[in-house]
Amino acid sequence: MNINLTLIGQAISFAMFVAFCMKFVWPPLIGALRERQAMIADGLAAAEKSVQAQEEAQAEAQQLIADAKTQAAEIVSQAQRRQNEIVDEAKQLAVTESDRIRTSAQAEIDQEVVNARETLRTQVSSVAVAGAEKILKREVDANSHAAVLDELIAKI
Amino acid sequence: MATDSGRAPTASEYIQHHLQNLTWGRHPDGHWGIAHGAEEAANMGFWAIHLDSMFWSILLGSLFCFLFWRAARKASTRVPTGFQNVCESLVEFVDDTVKDSFNGKSALVGPLALTIAVWIFLMNLMDLIPVDFLPEALLRWGGIEYQRVVPTTDVNVTMGMSLSVFALMIFYSIKVKGGKGFLAELTMQPFSSDNKVVQIILMPINFFLEIVALVSKPLSLGLRLFGNLYAGELIFILIALLPFYLQWTLSLPWAIFHILVIVLQAFIFMMLTVVYLNMAHEHH
Repeated sequence: MNINLTLIGQAISFAMFVAFCMKFVWPPLIGALRERQAMIADGLAAAEKSVQAQEEAQAEAQQLIADAKTQAAEIVSQAQRRQNEIVDEAKQLAVTESDRIRTSAQAEIDQEVVNARETLRTQVSSVAVAGAEKILKREVDANSHAAVLDELIAKI
Repeated sequence: MATDSGRAPTASEYIQHHLQNLTWGRHPDGHWGIAHGAEEAANMGFWAIHLDSMFWSILLGSLFCFLFWRAARKASTRVPTGFQNVCESLVEFVDDTVKDSFNGKSALVGPLALTIAVWIFLMNLMDLIPVDFLPEALLRWGGIEYQRVVPTTDVNVTMGMSLSVFALMIFYSIKVKGGKGFLAELTMQPFSSDNKVVQIILMPINFFLEIVALVSKPLSLGLRLFGNLYAGELIFILIALLPFYLQWTLSLPWAIFHILVIVLQAFIFMMLTVVYLNMAHEHH
């Protein structure tokens, strides 16, 4: 418990150790710590920024998808309309075609009727000649009596 | 341990032997040398030095400097590993404490606080080495008669540090407030009056109160550390008087409790140093 030179010796060594610490220990360590803190802060900020960017990109993608959906719906409805149009056109066309076919068939039928009548006329004349032949029971010269016959035919 | 006569020491001799520093100084007859016994050491008065305290204190201080210097050399922004981590955590802890308690800006306070915290911690830690190990080994193989291995149980060591802090307090008080401001702080408060005559009468009272407050700071700072560690060591010495097979029943709980004291006292010394220096920087 004697107070002696140890007191001063300790004070001197204390001063020396503090000086050493002040010069060689504290500045590099605290510098590294501060630098690392700044680095971590930067990293966190960058991470936050990238998260934000990702969110923005996601929103953009969502927007794009929504746009595409509306566009697709539009295209589908357009196609639907076009389809209806085409069907209508086709119907129209079919109606016209059937009309045309019917008309031409009618014309053919009329033609047939005329032909048949012609044929009938001719055949009736032969029948009449044959009948006259039978009635007369003799050969009639068709050539010499053609004028008579023609006159007959024309009367039918 | 053995006495000169070879007989086993009595309990009181054992304790006294353990509390005796290895003192080197000037004998009353004028020659310098090692003191043999407490009386001789006391007769040397101020002109003596405790070789054991100085040796362990400087050894541990150097250890602190070396370890932290190595950590500082390797310091980088990369991921720290191993002991680097410990050093950085300590530095960060001290830095935070200083930031919280010290308002000014100073390149000294941080390193000072770190040195105090780690150095005192290391010196206190010597208390956990069983009390007889080092003294007995040094006596047997080194022929060294006395040895106290815990520097902080030497009042010279703790007061040497607290008086250094005191010197810094005075230095910064005068540097920041000027000589006049410092004197005004000592004489113009806590009692003050607008009346000049009353103020002059109050001055000596103020001065007395402020000086007591000022001087009590380094005294309490040094003596608190000394008292805690001295008491702790004394109890270890007392426990060492028990039969060897019973010692652990008391020394183990005490050592575990003492770990708290070791850390706490180092922290308190550091904290109070920072607070006192902050007070020296502040205007009242």
